[in-house]
Amino acid sequence: MEPPVVAAPPSGDPGFLRRNLVAIGFLAPAAILLGVMIVYPTIYTFIRSFFGKDAHEGFLPKGDFTGIDNYKALFTTDILVTAIKNSAIWILVAPAAVTAFGLVFAVLTERIRWGVGFKAIVFMPMAISLFATGVIWHVMYIKDPNQGAVNAAIGAVKSWVSPAGALSSASPSTPALTGSPQSGYVLQKPIAAGKTALLGLTAIPPTDVPSGAKQVATPQPKQGAITGVVWRDFKPGGGVVGKPEQGELGLPGVHVKLIDSSGKTVQSATTGDDGSFTFDGVGGGSFKPGIAASTFAAPFGGISWLGSQLITPAVIIAYIWVWAGFAMVVIGAGLAAISREVLEAARTDGATEWQVFRRVTVPMLAPVLSVVFITMLINVLKVFDIVISIAPGSTQSDAAVIAVQMWRQSFGGVNDFGLGSAIAVFLFLLVIPILLLNIRRFRREV
Amino acid sequence: MKKHRLVIAALLGVVLLAAITALASARPAKKSASGSINIVGVWTGDEEKSFNAVLDGFRKANPGIKVSYKSTGDNTPTVLATAVAGGKPPDLASVSQPGLVNDFQKKGALKNLDYAKGTLNANYPPDIAKIGVVKGHVYGLLIKGANKSTVWYNVSSFKNAGVKAPTTFPALQKAAGTLKASGTPAFSVGGADGWTLTDLFENIYLRQAGPAKYDALSKHTMKWTDASVVKALQTMGTLLQTSNIAGGTSGALQTDFPTSVSNVFTKSPKAAMVVEGDFVPGVVASKNALKAVSGYNVFPFPAIGNTANYVEGGGDELMAFKDTPAIRALVKYLATGKAQTIWAKRGGYTAPAKTVPASAYPDAITRTTASAVGKAKVFRFDLSDLQPASFGGTVGQGEFKLFQDFLKSPGNAKGIAKQLESAAAKAYKAGK
Repeated sequence: MEPPVVAAPPSGDPGFLRRNLVAIGFLAPAAILLGVMIVYPTIYTFIRSFFGKDAHEGFLPKGDFTGIDNYKALFTTDILVTAIKNSAIWILVAPAAVTAFGLVFAVLTERIRWGVGFKAIVFMPMAISLFATGVIWHVMYIKDPNQGAVNAAIGAVKSWVSPAGALSSASPSTPALTGSPQSGYVLQKPIAAGKTALLGLTAIPPTDVPSGAKQVATPQPKQGAITGVVWRDFKPGGGVVGKPEQGELGLPGVHVKLIDSSGKTVQSATTGDDGSFTFDGVGGGSFKPGIAASTFAAPFGGISWLGSQLITPAVIIAYIWVWAGFAMVVIGAGLAAISREVLEAARTDGATEWQVFRRVTVPMLAPVLSVVFITMLINVLKVFDIVISIAPGSTQSDAAVIAVQMWRQSFGGVNDFGLGSAIAVFLFLLVIPILLLNIRRFRREV
Repeated sequence: MKKHRLVIAALLGVVLLAAITALASARPAKKSASGSINIVGVWTGDEEKSFNAVLDGFRKANPGIKVSYKSTGDNTPTVLATAVAGGKPPDLASVSQPGLVNDFQKKGALKNLDYAKGTLNANYPPDIAKIGVVKGHVYGLLIKGANKSTVWYNVSSFKNAGVKAPTTFPALQKAAGTLKASGTPAFSVGGADGWTLTDLFENIYLRQAGPAKYDALSKHTMKWTDASVVKALQTMGTLLQTSNIAGGTSGALQTDFPTSVSNVFTKSPKAAMVVEGDFVPGVVASKNALKAVSGYNVFPFPAIGNTANYVEGGGDELMAFKDTPAIRALVKYLATGKAQTIWAKRGGYTAPAKTVPASAYPDAITRTTASAVGKAKVFRFDLSDLQPASFGGTVGQGEFKLFQDFLKSPGNAKGIAKQLESAAAKAYKAGK
């Protein structure tokens, strides 16, 4: 439509208002909404960021003016600096990773037979809200392999490679037994033939005691042999530590070994139903009986995905899982628009598939890739709900990003709207360059 | 001339209006009060129903007064802040954050409840009557108490280990050792929620350092680097050994409070005890495989020295934004044992009034936990709740975070005390 040609109104012309009444009337609702919902709050936030916690809210904040203290706090408080660092990690990793995964998926789905099905599966997480995604991944990341799916998978492989021992939780009942669960436990003082060894273990749940276990008996000395017993050195109330008593059970099936003074294992045996064992035909010298490490091999305890070390990578993985599908679809659309002839020409000229991808497909996709990348960049700066819902309370501050702290300092407990506003202004400043970039791109496209 | 006449007319009008309203408000005060009262508060669901049942008792005795209760749940602080800023507060409000009473009092939004002092002194233990007092005047009234000095245990774990519910702290430590030897870790700790750790600390601190130091610490007139804090932290460290906690300390840091309860309240327990308040069974109510008393049970947090009947707790306070004879009558009514007995009988409630008989509670467990509040020798409000929110009430910072750091390295009592002090100093400076 041709724009109507209107002569510039002379200043002070009383007819100006009347002539433009219609235009103003149409503009007013939008202008008022923008003013009330965006312009005024933005200005208020900026002003509020120079006031402290106790300022009175009003049309403009009053009292408790603190200057740039809030901005100082932003860069000196540990948890806020952590949030800024985390945001930096997010910006560096997440948009690039999402774009890369999207590109790979888009190119590959063009080639495989079940491309549509694959696309649907990769795109599906987009249908779930980020908060729900966070809850799902939180459960999957739980450290206990009995609860967390990720650790359960790793644990299944691990237990196949190195199975857990029968008494993984047990520990010696007296300091006479030394060692560690990794090396096994041996009697500290060497003994000679004809003596007995008491290998008491404790911290064994009743359910872990092998089913055939019988009442423990004090071992009897035997000529030329070392005899001993491995037993659960506990009865209700505790009992006397280090002494086999009525009501305490022997531990059958435990691998015991006999170590000579040079540290070599000379004999090994398995305990009987009452936990007893005998090393016959022991020569001169002194020996240390002990329990083999295999008994104590701990089951896989799980990787601490939600701990302070891994929490940010863990959240980023979940985020990529959600957004890779979006990237794939957008890039896939771009891919479909590339003229096949160019690709054919390159192939005819003898380019390998990798060269076609690297030198033809990617450059032709560049505009689409940059759209995805910039969209993700803006998206990552305001990432919020997925962080809150994945990180447990103990690592909330390790996982926090700028947007999370903006909320937490203003609404999430602290109620310091001054500091919250300062963080909001800082976040706004970070978004501006990306917005400018985007606007320039829009102009170019037009 | 014309202007003057107008002014005079306006003045006359104002005087007349004032006289009428004065008459109108003065007259009913002599007879039984009438009017309407609106209350907003945190109680929802069953609690809302129970509170309405309590109000029914008042409505019956005062047919002239219309009382309405609206639940605002967890949003109550926000609702109140906006209502006060907008100049239209409710008549009465119940909140679970004692800090709000101070905040609104500072803003001058509250009316004092000194008229209820007589009722309070007759019905409440002295420590609980003192709770809502700001600068010598009553501004908050504890209506619903909570007992956080309770330890919950799995009965069969205790039986397997042959231990009995301990009444002293050394006995608790000994029982913990025996439980460990029996193969069941003694404690389940919900370390992902920092407040479970502060509650444990506060229970130890109140008993070890005494109520005077507890008060000083809660007002930050004493520093967190005080020797008594370090000592309490060290005591706490002896309980929090990684080998005696379900999942070890790293597992505990990722265990939220509900999981820490279900670790104990199950037929194959991962730990024998969980140290938390009277609300513990409610957390697993729908999937609790154990029966009260025979499956799970409770004992008061063991005494350190001569500190039996010490209770660390919390609760919901009532505050008034207006002052009318009708409101006065209702506030006085709510503070009586008679009113609170109505709620106690319905369950899920701990009465702050000592005049509520133990027999009013519906079951044995509640009788133990709830009547402990009424007969408390010393009662102190949850210390972290009395701190500025940025220090005592925000996930991932302040007390919550530092106590989680302490759980990570329980040997570092001095270092944590120092960090607590610097965080507290910062929060108090910002809050002024």
